[in-house]
Amino acid sequence: MPKTDMAVGKPRRHLLKGISDTNLLMSITIVVFILMYVFAIFGLGQGFLKAQTFFNMLNANAALIILACGMTLVMITGGIDISLGGMAALVSMCSAVFLDMHSGSVFGAIMISLGIGLAFGLVQGFLVAYLDIQPFIVTLAGMFFARGMTTIVNTNPFNVQNEAFVKLKETRIIIPGMGSINKRGDYIDAYIEIGVVIALICVAALFVFLKWTKTGRSFYAVGGNKQSALMLGVNVKRTTFLAYLMCGILGGIGGFVYFMHVGSGSASHATGAEMNAIASSIIGGTMLTGGVGNIIGTFFGVLSLALIQNIVSSVGLDQAWWTGITNASMLCIFLIVQSIIIARRKKANLAATKPTAAKGVKT
Amino acid sequence: MKVQTQTAQKSSFLASIVRRQIFIPIAALLILAIFNFIVDPSFFKITLGHNSEGDPILSGNIISIIDYGSELAILAIGMTLVTAASRGQDISVGAAIAISGSVVLRVLCGTNSHPDTLQAPIIVAFLISCLVAMAFGAFNGTLVSVFKIQPMVATLILFTAGRSIAAWINNNELPVVSDRTFTYFGGYIPGIPIPTPFFIAIACFILTWLALKFTNLGLYVQSVGINEKTSRLNGLNPALIKFVTYVILGLCVAIAGFIKVSRLSTINYSVVAKDIEMDAILAVALGGNSLSGGKFNISASILGAYVIQFLTTTLYKFQVQSDALPAYKAVVVIALVVLSAPIVREKLAALFKKLRSPAKAESKN
Repeated sequence: MPKTDMAVGKPRRHLLKGISDTNLLMSITIVVFILMYVFAIFGLGQGFLKAQTFFNMLNANAALIILACGMTLVMITGGIDISLGGMAALVSMCSAVFLDMHSGSVFGAIMISLGIGLAFGLVQGFLVAYLDIQPFIVTLAGMFFARGMTTIVNTNPFNVQNEAFVKLKETRIIIPGMGSINKRGDYIDAYIEIGVVIALICVAALFVFLKWTKTGRSFYAVGGNKQSALMLGVNVKRTTFLAYLMCGILGGIGGFVYFMHVGSGSASHATGAEMNAIASSIIGGTMLTGGVGNIIGTFFGVLSLALIQNIVSSVGLDQAWWTGITNASMLCIFLIVQSIIIARRKKANLAATKPTAAKGVKT
Repeated sequence: MKVQTQTAQKSSFLASIVRRQIFIPIAALLILAIFNFIVDPSFFKITLGHNSEGDPILSGNIISIIDYGSELAILAIGMTLVTAASRGQDISVGAAIAISGSVVLRVLCGTNSHPDTLQAPIIVAFLISCLVAMAFGAFNGTLVSVFKIQPMVATLILFTAGRSIAAWINNNELPVVSDRTFTYFGGYIPGIPIPTPFFIAIACFILTWLALKFTNLGLYVQSVGINEKTSRLNGLNPALIKFVTYVILGLCVAIAGFIKVSRLSTINYSVVAKDIEMDAILAVALGGNSLSGGKFNISASILGAYVIQFLTTTLYKFQVQSDALPAYKAVVVIALVVLSAPIVREKLAALFKKLRSPAKAESKN
């Protein structure tokens, strides 16, 4: 009796077959990051062996990590949010004005930041999910609005003098045992800023949310195929609305963390942050078409961008234009690699499901 | 009965006008014009004066609208084709304009950044910048059509790197062209009081109209944008058509970059054409074109570009700061997009029907 023709023949045992798209792309990102770091340690020596270099990368990019997490959420559902940079600038300026000119409390500034983020998320989410308007246009208008309002709130950039805030900004959380000896022979502790702790909490919370809650899984469903998700019983409109709402809130949090890092309000803050967030998400394995994405990948995407900038400036190419070119080349390489891998997997999947009835069933 | 059919005919004529795509930018233009007329009729005044060289020139708000809106109109042509065919937007046009302008200056100035004479004829500089811009357009087109990357993401690469490349071309220097004939293209040709960019925009529009009328470009682009698989089954090559639209956008970028550099006779890498990609996408959307591809109308996009410039000039007249301008643009855009969303239109139509039917019921009684 020949083998039943439902079997596909002997399946090709491929090492990467059991892994999902999301995890595969994320693994590539992590591997590349580790390879780059190892290269940096061996090739560029001393500076990269210090733990503080790594912590400085986290310190400088804590806000970008949070913004990129928000961007990843929206991209998983198949949309995009290019208002994040504008939101961060608006949050910084409003908090700065509140703290200095209205002598408010830091708690009040945090509430204002969350409120602005929530407002943006509500309006953009409503327009995209319920009125079915293209997310690019809605969030583009959001970005314009935020940048314009930043100038209307206060024209000139200024540093915040509020004491409570300055104390908060200067707080350093010491990591014991990883310090280094500076040129004078003193031992300096390794430290991270409060913003990094907030960023790590956000990453962990969102990871749990996306992986283990029903709503989180429904994000992937809506992004993968809206019609199928609808037929599965997922409330597509509410899920999309929720994605933009969460992205807005994360934009508010990220804006405040950015404000804590720079300590000033200015209309030119966070320019290009949304594009960096998109680039980090893509490098971390999120696809713009939706349905694929991972918070951990985004986290490593942000770090990869920071690391490559560090490497480039250590090598000596510190002219202004090298940053743009290296970021762009990295994005280009990742995009091409991703598209090739996904295309090959699709082909392999298609080939694997071809019926074998034509193959040698001799009757 | 006769009255009813007459009103039915009238309303269907009005409805047929309202339903046409080009109505949206025309309506926006009318609203802006009426608003300005009510607030300050002198907005539309045009005066004939003389510039510093003694040539007669027209000046006024309307003239500045058609002057500064021309680069945007030229870009809108290319952006409409790209949006229609590849169902996405090209956000790298600002950076590409920087590169193209940088190339023009490099060819005209050579290695010396303040030469006394032109190092090459202007036409040569323009043609070389066209080739470079089309090459970068081809790069974007390859990423989108061969590697099937989303247009917004693929053009993100050039968006990130473009201005850096532009600075690198001229070694981060700011060359200045001191030849007077170079300024004709961005300013006024002696003896002609209307600014030259407007004529360049008209020329581009005529060329595009001829291309759309006498070739199959329009048909193929719309077909690929509406349904790529069906187009391929019908014998078209979607990858090639998408690639061609990006190269055409590259050509538009070269022309716009040339005008921009000619205005100032120099360049500022981080400021030139800043945010023009957003304005170009807005112009396409304001022209009633769907941002997810398909049918398009070039005239509507060009009108949309001038509407955006009209809005900008109106806001400047009210002394809004240039940094705060985007906020007002955003409000206008949101209002426009919300009103033209299908769901909102359906709800409004249902509302009108409800308002009309109780009146009809009353008249019947």
